[in-house]
Amino acid sequence: MEKGTGRLEAYRERICRGGHPKYHEKLKENRKLFVRDRLKLLFDGGDYQEDGMFANCTKADLPADGVVTALGKISGRTVCVMANDSTVKAGSWGAKTVEKIIRIQETAMKLKVPMFYLVDSAGARITDQLEMFPNRRGAGKIFYNQVKMSGMVPQVCILFGPSAAGGAYIPAFCDIVIMVDKNASMYLGSPRMAEKVIGEKVSLEEMGGARMHCTVSGCGDYLAKDEEEAIEAAKRYLSYFPQNYREKPDKLPGKPEKKGADLEKLIPENQNLPFDMYELIDGIIDEGSFFEIKKLYAPEIITGLARIGGRAVGIVANQPKVKGGVLFVNSADKAARFIFLCDAFSIPLLFLADVPGFMIGTKVEREGIIRHGAKMIAAVSSATVPKISVIVRKAYGAGLYAMAGPAFEPDLCLALPTAQIAVMGPEAAVNAVYANKIQEIEDADERKAFIREKENEYREAIDIYRVASELIVDEIVPANGLRRVLAERLQFYESKNIAFSERKNPVYPV
Amino acid sequence: MKKIEASMAGTVFQILVSVGEEVKRGQAVAVLESMKMEIPVESDAEGTVKEIHVRAGDFVNEGDVLVTLESL
Repeated sequence: MEKGTGRLEAYRERICRGGHPKYHEKLKENRKLFVRDRLKLLFDGGDYQEDGMFANCTKADLPADGVVTALGKISGRTVCVMANDSTVKAGSWGAKTVEKIIRIQETAMKLKVPMFYLVDSAGARITDQLEMFPNRRGAGKIFYNQVKMSGMVPQVCILFGPSAAGGAYIPAFCDIVIMVDKNASMYLGSPRMAEKVIGEKVSLEEMGGARMHCTVSGCGDYLAKDEEEAIEAAKRYLSYFPQNYREKPDKLPGKPEKKGADLEKLIPENQNLPFDMYELIDGIIDEGSFFEIKKLYAPEIITGLARIGGRAVGIVANQPKVKGGVLFVNSADKAARFIFLCDAFSIPLLFLADVPGFMIGTKVEREGIIRHGAKMIAAVSSATVPKISVIVRKAYGAGLYAMAGPAFEPDLCLALPTAQIAVMGPEAAVNAVYANKIQEIEDADERKAFIREKENEYREAIDIYRVASELIVDEIVPANGLRRVLAERLQFYESKNIAFSERKNPVYPV
Repeated sequence: MKKIEASMAGTVFQILVSVGEEVKRGQAVAVLESMKMEIPVESDAEGTVKEIHVRAGDFVNEGDVLVTLESL
């Protein structure tokens, strides 16, 4: 047997080719890239150091055992990666596949560097199940490690193809899941299995497609049109984060805001009329710096990463243009998760409040709006990063609490001149207090006049200058001056370093 | 046929289209009043208004059909 580099080169060359050419053809048909080409796009200079390339190398049909695990650089920062090779047994997990994934996770933990999961896998290799599934270093360990790493280092998933059955938990435990439209899917049981076991007839796209997960289930955070966009998005996402929980995000040179709408004209004084919150966001952040998370899911609340004067900030903003900006079960869930994410990695939080409150009615009570709302309020309470609450217009009821109102220890509670803080809006309040009296007035005009008079009295009682005189808000600023104030305040609050509470772990509603 | 549904529970405040009218994608076809807010309901498709299922003042639940469009 040859001992020289010739044999080594032959091995390497065969392994790096991946699976059978017919599977490479299939990749092309589906607008998918080969795993090693994905890694070239991901890493600086297309360069990476691989571990365990020779896993199962004596078996010709199992190059690298269907997964590439590697260290590389993204914008000069060290990152660990696992990437399924769908040309090898459909990217399924054998015993060595699982061991390789566990080891690269352990490396990421030891180095305290971000962990990327490039997922494209049919799930467990059932023929290997005893070796890969149940034992101490079986597939369960991958998820165990993910939970352990959560909040320690950023965990990023790009979903290029299926993530089936147990494999679907990899994206579920990541901080962000970027999905490629039409190709990515996530499901516990395939459509074939669903038909056999429960009798449901459904397409893969309907049941677990990327669009469904990014709009309905909330398992997806970003819908990319193709693989190149997905990889770019993952790199951009990482740029807002530090390497681990002990570090802070990079500060970049600031850029001016987008020149657009006059913010003072943008916000209608009539609290009941909608406006587009994206225009306000554009007016206060560095131009082009917005990276939105869960854009297509629960759009009545906007969550995204941005920069103000070059500093990373996480924005939670009500969107009055969609469902009146009212908070629902899914919007509370979306915001809570985003707040936990920013707090874990020292990204200051900016709340832009224009919220009539949490939705009421039978439907949402049955969905558990109270516990989901409580979850968001728990997230807001426990976040110890710098928190700035901007009351843009109305902040009624528990909506004020959920948007980091004064009791939730924001470092700053700012009001725009259009702000209105109250238990409820004038119409609802007058109705609640004077319902009987209103009914007693028989003449319609007289009744209207009475209501109008009481509403005006109520508006005066909650006038923003009265609220400010009670020190409920710290400052009132014009909309056009908001960006400058935020940029300066974020700089002042940089040294904030507090602990929230002493205990083993909280028991928050979920 | 395309059904435009209520985005949330509330009262129909205004219907902005009439039968036979052409509707563009993104055009508001109705306004709901809910949580004291005016909530525009936009069409996510082009079409001609075939039927209007509700009247101003009606209570609608999330998902109730407000307007049916016929594809152009």
